[in-house]
Amino acid sequence: MKQTNRPLSPHLQVYRLPLTGIISITHRMTGVILALGLILYVASFFFILQGNDAYLELQSFLDYTLIRIAIWFFIYALFFHLCHGIRHLLWDVGYGFDKDNMDRNAIIELALSLVLTLIFY
Amino acid sequence: MVEFTLPKNSVLQKGKEFPAPENATRLKRFEVYRWSPDTGENPRIDIYHIDLDNCGPMVLDAVLKIKNEIDTTLAFRRSCREGVCGSCAMNVNGKNTLVCTKAIEEYEGAIKIFPLPHMDVIKDLVADMTNFFAQYSSIKPWIVTQTPAPADRERLQSKEERKKLDGLYECVLCACCSTSCPSYWWNSDKYLGPAVLLQASRWLEDSRDENAGERLDELEDPYKLYRCHTIMSCTDTCPKGLNPAKAIADIKKLMITRQEG
Repeated sequence: MKQTNRPLSPHLQVYRLPLTGIISITHRMTGVILALGLILYVASFFFILQGNDAYLELQSFLDYTLIRIAIWFFIYALFFHLCHGIRHLLWDVGYGFDKDNMDRNAIIELALSLVLTLIFY
Repeated sequence: MVEFTLPKNSVLQKGKEFPAPENATRLKRFEVYRWSPDTGENPRIDIYHIDLDNCGPMVLDAVLKIKNEIDTTLAFRRSCREGVCGSCAMNVNGKNTLVCTKAIEEYEGAIKIFPLPHMDVIKDLVADMTNFFAQYSSIKPWIVTQTPAPADRERLQSKEERKKLDGLYECVLCACCSTSCPSYWWNSDKYLGPAVLLQASRWLEDSRDENAGERLDELEDPYKLYRCHTIMSCTDTCPKGLNPAKAIADIKKLMITRQEG
């Protein structure tokens, strides 16, 4: 029988998730960010369609350092999401469960998405 | 359900600090989660100091020393003290482990001991395992057969068939993995969790079992099996060095391959 006065033991407050765990939740968050960002991306096309002035306005807006940084992170999020997605596909066919290589593989995917971002940018 | 913060009655308070033993040269600080159903107070963290020159090597030795010599009110489960009974699973410095097989010297600085995460606490370090074991029994952890047994001998296994159970049969059901899994924290009412799924895999892999189809039918469910998102915390924390994440992936693969069959 459920004793309702029993406390719930601490979880997120105390647990130290492994790197794969942190990457897993980041994967989900980047998914949300990418979906929202896509709306802005499409919205910018509609904005450009309003004519020459709008195009120039958007271009100067995108030149702001803060905006450039945001775009940089957006592209990183995209490649990170892609890389972790590929890791999920490999997991699905049964590869990459080796306990000793968990962290190594995580670092590879982080580094690879960084490299892809730098190449792309 | 996902809830990042603790409910009101579970928020931690400051506890007591017991004085350190005198003339000790190798002192170790232990911060231990305490809660008693009798006081009506919130859980607290009590602080103990142990003289390591006068204590066994394992974290369990320190916990026993606290109970025997400093504070007899401390409640926890333990039995075999050699990692085969699965009773003394606790959260130590952020990872779940069997404290009987974990050496004190593996940790630098203070050692923080909590009950297994996201569980109802019965008292101190004792978590309510009712749901966990109910889920275990739901996967029918025994051999189910259709054919009659051979008249003159047991149901035999080849060495290769037996080998398939390695990495699965060693599980002692300590629940370290299940209670390390964020998916299990949010959905333990519907998701079976890594420990029970590893057990499910153990019976699916057993050459003597003749119930694989039904076992898979039972697991074919958006929650029971598919709440695993390969976070890998289970594999990271297993004190027996097993790989529940891989066992779950193997079940998912069986689900797909049987569709092709």
